[in-house]
Amino acid sequence: MLENLKEKLTKSQVFRSIFRHGFPDNDMNRAYVVFSNVFLHIHPVKVRRSALRMRYTFCLGGITLFLFIMLTVTGIWLMFYYTPYTGLAYNNIQDLQFVIFGGNLMRDLHRFAAHGMVLFVWLHMTRVFMTGAYKAPREFNWVVGVLLLVMTLILSWTGYLLPWDQLAYWAVTVGTKMASYTPFIGQNGPWGAQLGFLPTNDIMFMLIGGTVVGQNALIRFYVLHCVVLPLFVTVALAVHFWRIRKDGFSGPL
Amino acid sequence: MENKVTREIFPRDARKSYGLVELMKGSAPIVKKEPEDTVYTWPHLIMIELICALLVTAGLIILVQFVHAPLRSLADPSTTPNPMRAPWYFLGLQELLVYFDPWYAGVVLPGMIIVGLMTFPYVDTNPKGVGYYTFSERKFAVFNYSFGFALWWVTIVIGTYLRGLDWQWYWPWSDHLVHMNPALVTLVPLHIVFVNLLHVSKDVGKAICDVLFFAYFAIGMAIPYFFMRKFYDSMGGARYFVFMIFFLSMMGVGLKIVLRLLFNIKYIVVTPWINV
Repeated sequence: MLENLKEKLTKSQVFRSIFRHGFPDNDMNRAYVVFSNVFLHIHPVKVRRSALRMRYTFCLGGITLFLFIMLTVTGIWLMFYYTPYTGLAYNNIQDLQFVIFGGNLMRDLHRFAAHGMVLFVWLHMTRVFMTGAYKAPREFNWVVGVLLLVMTLILSWTGYLLPWDQLAYWAVTVGTKMASYTPFIGQNGPWGAQLGFLPTNDIMFMLIGGTVVGQNALIRFYVLHCVVLPLFVTVALAVHFWRIRKDGFSGPL
Repeated sequence: MENKVTREIFPRDARKSYGLVELMKGSAPIVKKEPEDTVYTWPHLIMIELICALLVTAGLIILVQFVHAPLRSLADPSTTPNPMRAPWYFLGLQELLVYFDPWYAGVVLPGMIIVGLMTFPYVDTNPKGVGYYTFSERKFAVFNYSFGFALWWVTIVIGTYLRGLDWQWYWPWSDHLVHMNPALVTLVPLHIVFVNLLHVSKDVGKAICDVLFFAYFAIGMAIPYFFMRKFYDSMGGARYFVFMIFFLSMMGVGLKIVLRLLFNIKYIVVTPWINV
């Protein structure tokens, strides 16, 4: 009877309109499922048995991607409760901690997945380095990977400000202060003052929208953290994966 | 697909037409391809990815039962915490502020690290060691990567555990609530050392330092060029120059840390605009 039901289901117009093929329990459908599904088609239909060896990749890149997805999900959830306003941000985080059901869990998951992502990007990079996977013809994908590392760090750091507590405020104050030491375009940097840069027009001012970290910095970091950088990362990830397929997998062949 | 190996095994006779067929264990015929050891992505790879995702999720959920995201008191611009720590992944850079001025440690050096990382595939001309773990076939590359990241992680550990009030050095057993006396250490620029040692004027001392600084890069550039010709020839001029600039800068960071910690040297080169 179960077989009958499965047959009826997978042959129905609705199922077929969505999946275009039957359940992937034979070779034809196993091929169909990968190349007709937008999410699965980043894979090749078939992979070499040796490429599945865990001790080559240790799944590090995959784990990094999964953490990014997890951060997106928990991050969007947190956005429902968060106001990027200096008068409310801290209270919102306290609400998440003490009032909102699941608030602590989501915030903790977001925080530690973020730490994890930084760590796993590095581990993945180390794996790619140690297996020489960045060598020709995969040079450019390494460069994309370095950009992804930089974006991961900036994402992590912009998120650091959002709780608007002492930890956040001072870490970002010190960090953005560094920008004012940029040669030529920072007011404290070499040749900055000589070129006419002041606290009110240099690169740090542009970054935080003021001379001190305040409301403007908070909204800037919020938009960068929630919209701009995730978009950039997503695009760079698409290029990163595309290039793996185009340039070939480095693993044991 | 016909390749060199199959052509060797089955040399073609131009007068005959061929249909090369081989019996293999498998669930489907493979057309126009050599026998290969492949499996379908679904379910083999998809399952690994799914299990991996589940393990990471489970691991994180278990982890957050024991550790929680910190939340200190409300941001207060008038109260500066002491010590003030950057997030852990930037602690290496924060620690470097001890050894370099902010324009270098906070801006130029991070920029150089990023660009330097990007140059890897373009300066590494060793064709060996792709697709497997090896140390013996690419010792120098592995050494460089490990040295750079050892520096990164060691400074993170120092910043996390060995720095206390006023960013002074605190051992785990020292009292973290008592301010160290910063007057115990007097930092001097290198040219003052020469002034005291050789009894020369400040300007001569500075000139010696400038010469030493440029000699470091010049001699560093020259040694492999003259004595490790194979290394230079394998890279060519442009790659060699790019690589050596980053390599010598990285080694220079290590050298400066040693000079600062052992001899209390504040700057090597002092100019009216920048000090290194």
